[in-house]
Amino acid sequence: MLTLLAIVTGCLYAAGTYMMLRRSLFKLILGLVLLSHGANLLIFTVGGLTRGHAPVIDAGEDVPTSPWADPVPQALILTAIVIGFAVLAFTLTLFHRAYQTLGSDDPDDLKLSDQ
Amino acid sequence: MERFFELDGAQVLGPSLPLAIASIFVLAIAAPWVNRFAGRSAGWLLAILPFCLTAYFASFTGAVASGETFQSELIWVPTLGVNLSCSLDGLSLLFALLINGVGGLVLIYAGGYLEGHPLLGRFYSFLLMFMASMLGLVLSANLLGLFVFWELTSLSSYLLIGFDQSRPQARASALQALLVTGGGGLALMAGLLLLGSAGGSFEIALLQSQAEHLRSHALYVPAVLLILAGAFTKSAQFPFHFWLPAAMEAPTPVSAYLHSATMVKAGIYLIARLSPALGGTDLWIGTVSTVGVCTMLLGAWLALLQTDLKRLLAYSTISSLGTLTFLLGLGGELATQAAIAFLLGHALYKGALFLVAGSIDHSTGTRDVRVLTGLGKVMPITAIAAGLASLSMAGLPPLFGFIAKELSYEVTLHSSAVLITTAAAVTANAFLVAVAIVVGLRPFWGSRNPDLQEAHEVTTPLWLGPVILASLGLVFGVFPQFIADPLVGAASAAVLGRDLSSHLTLWHGFTTALGLSLITLSAGIASFAIRGWLVKAAARWGGIFQWGPTRWYDWALTALNAVALGMTRVLQSGYLRHYLMITLGTMFALASYSLLRHGALTITFDWSDIRFYEAGLAALILFAVFAVIMVKSRLSAIMALGVVGYGVALVFIMYGAPDLAMTQFLVETLTVILFVLVFFHLPESTIVSGSVSRVRDMIISVGVGGVMTFFVLLSTPDSQKALSDYFVTNSKSGGHGQNIVNVILVDFRGLDTMGEITVLTIAAVGVYALLKLRRRSELVETGSTGETIGLVTSAQLAIKEEPTAESQMSSMILCTATRFLLPLLLLFSFFLLMRGHNEPGGGFTGGLVAAAAFVLYRFAFGVAEVNRVLPFDPRVLMGAGLLVALCSGVLALFAGQPLMTGLWNELHIPGVGEVPLGTPLIFDVGVYMAVMGVTLSIILPLAEE
Repeated sequence: MLTLLAIVTGCLYAAGTYMMLRRSLFKLILGLVLLSHGANLLIFTVGGLTRGHAPVIDAGEDVPTSPWADPVPQALILTAIVIGFAVLAFTLTLFHRAYQTLGSDDPDDLKLSDQ
Repeated sequence: MERFFELDGAQVLGPSLPLAIASIFVLAIAAPWVNRFAGRSAGWLLAILPFCLTAYFASFTGAVASGETFQSELIWVPTLGVNLSCSLDGLSLLFALLINGVGGLVLIYAGGYLEGHPLLGRFYSFLLMFMASMLGLVLSANLLGLFVFWELTSLSSYLLIGFDQSRPQARASALQALLVTGGGGLALMAGLLLLGSAGGSFEIALLQSQAEHLRSHALYVPAVLLILAGAFTKSAQFPFHFWLPAAMEAPTPVSAYLHSATMVKAGIYLIARLSPALGGTDLWIGTVSTVGVCTMLLGAWLALLQTDLKRLLAYSTISSLGTLTFLLGLGGELATQAAIAFLLGHALYKGALFLVAGSIDHSTGTRDVRVLTGLGKVMPITAIAAGLASLSMAGLPPLFGFIAKELSYEVTLHSSAVLITTAAAVTANAFLVAVAIVVGLRPFWGSRNPDLQEAHEVTTPLWLGPVILASLGLVFGVFPQFIADPLVGAASAAVLGRDLSSHLTLWHGFTTALGLSLITLSAGIASFAIRGWLVKAAARWGGIFQWGPTRWYDWALTALNAVALGMTRVLQSGYLRHYLMITLGTMFALASYSLLRHGALTITFDWSDIRFYEAGLAALILFAVFAVIMVKSRLSAIMALGVVGYGVALVFIMYGAPDLAMTQFLVETLTVILFVLVFFHLPESTIVSGSVSRVRDMIISVGVGGVMTFFVLLSTPDSQKALSDYFVTNSKSGGHGQNIVNVILVDFRGLDTMGEITVLTIAAVGVYALLKLRRRSELVETGSTGETIGLVTSAQLAIKEEPTAESQMSSMILCTATRFLLPLLLLFSFFLLMRGHNEPGGGFTGGLVAAAAFVLYRFAFGVAEVNRVLPFDPRVLMGAGLLVALCSGVLALFAGQPLMTGLWNELHIPGVGEVPLGTPLIFDVGVYMAVMGVTLSIILPLAEE
């Protein structure tokens, strides 16, 4: 399963990169989202895959049932997801403002605001 | 942790030496105020501290001369073991006396020279800053400390040379001096680091004790060459000498102080200081003495050709610095003694002559030696000082310069290349005799030039310094045994590492050296006589000098600017995709190189162990990704993106991460809402990229994706998992929670989570600011066209129009369902928060659900309704959440625990039993509030747009 997820991760990165290189801010933001999915999946996969048991301790026990999934990458990704959402919101608002000012979805037009 | 190295037999002084340095820095800060309140006497007042320090250091002379050294340190950052460690031996003492003594005189001089200058306070400040840095440099017992002060002298000299900032020439010269000495400083830093790694320490005393080991070390050659490059640039040795004459743009007090007595001697100090550790090898002797001889000859010759007083002095200083370098390079008892004596003599007469040059300029308004004659009658005091100093420079008895010159002739006569070194020394000294006559005698004798009618004797501050310095040259020459010999002896002993057997005397009898002195004097007078002819002859050959190092410097500076401009043009084209391509291309190249080295080619793809539903899920994600890229309509792309996100959430479910899955589902839903809010009304993009760029981008993307795939396959999960094991075993016993992910977030790594919710808040504030800024600019625009619509009224208008527009959009079913759903969802979110510590859930998911509930309500009933239902402003909520989280962490401090430590107590609830309650639970409530507040304050204003 590692192989399959490695390929899915690679495809998410490839698609994200391709979308970020397009001449459209909308596609660029889509690419960003794909990239962050890729990054989350990367951390998750590299941290080790365990089918089944969540890192939750059953009542009356002191440790979770083995084999348990590693909680550390999960804690990392959980906050990454929420922060990714907040950053995406900021990016979208930034785009919204840029579009209102420049009237264009083309990143090449962003050059004009420097001059 | 490197502790202060205690030298055997050294006396420990407490923090007095670092405090001496610090006191001058403090005075530097206070100087502008002193100047403002004390007015004309500010120079005198400011000089009190350097003079007191001179007296303080002088009190060590006896002890140091008898071979003692002193150590002193100030504890700076005790937890890191960083201390300011200083030591005082003969060499440091000599420099410390020069720095403070000459410094005090220069401060007084500056008060008269720059009287009424609007920036005089700043000038004092820079000068004192330099003084403190220079003192720190010579007192540092540690190479790193020495380097920091070394750089500080470069910086403060930059400020001083460019003090007359309105003149472009002054600024250019200051920059040149900074670039040359700063470039040398970089080389020096590299050299010192190599030396430190070779010797295993940065303490100078420790390095000296293992000189044998250092000289045979593999890093010896590069370390020596780099350190010498630093020393040569600082001390204006050929071919780096050119910055010194240009630095004459500085006000004269600066030239007198920095360019005769102190800063240019920092390189000499470094060579002397390190020669016990590094000297004595062929490389050292060859490089240092050869460079010294070249500089000595070149400086003397060029000095003779100048017509400006200060430039004459500057080139003669270069020559003298060359002599010092040459003598120190040769090493040995006699040469070291000669070098130190020459250093002391030079500081006295050159300082005096520079100040005299300033006085002449101040009095007559010119520094051109062709014009200056016959000033002796009107400036008698200055004339006496100038005469004494120039006689010392010419090396005439009974002045101290004579003793120094005799010693240096003794050295050349005993060196292995007698003929060459003696001839070079006599030639250079003969030229310097001529220069001494031109500078110190010629302007004063003869009949006065009628153009110099305004010439007058200068005021006390301006003659005091030259007189004292010149008289010292006389006193030291006549009575060398009282002060000069103990100082020179102790300094030489410090450089040699052993006591000196010979002493300074004025009269050695009729020796060969005396004969050489006579030859020098007559040759000097002769060159003065034929100086006019020499200048003409040199002018014929002057073409050579346009290929000199100044040209190289200009060329290097132009080339540097051109390269920088070219780089900027290539790397910063202004097209986003070019930046991306450069960044990703670099990452791809580096990562694939590293992957290939770690055996990416030997990887095997393991297709077994894939279950049917897993393959199906992967296919679903890949199909959705493909759809995101291919579909034309924006709405479809957004939907496909949502499918990708849900797919990833399903992966989380399959591999035991229910918390992640919940969060991902919620965030994905809100993401889709955000996208639709922003893009729904925008027209479709019409730009279609050409097939060439598509193929190019595809190649880049596949490369990046491929690298990531191999990266995942190559990284084997850590089988030890010490960290995870710790969290798993301590989660229940230490964290009182069964959901380990949640315990990590709110307890083990609470501080990280605190940082993360702060980031969330900042993003929300950013969104709000972006929207708010636009409103204000819109307001200005409407105001300018005459239709003044206030912020309040436009908001009221929006509220008035909203319900009708909204009610058309929302359906009856949605409205009805939402009325029931809102309280249910809020209850559910609260339930998630409560159980989060023991089962999947927690502040993050709970907050998202609560926010989603209000977002749903917003779409069903509109802004006005949601504002009515919401009991609080979401921005206040997120702030309150941060505060709650922070307070829960701070509580631990009151219990004497580190920040964010969980405090737990059993609470007895009748009927339920003992329930553990702790601060991490309060922290999670803070997270819940912050996440809910953040989400709402992002989505609600955006939905209003």
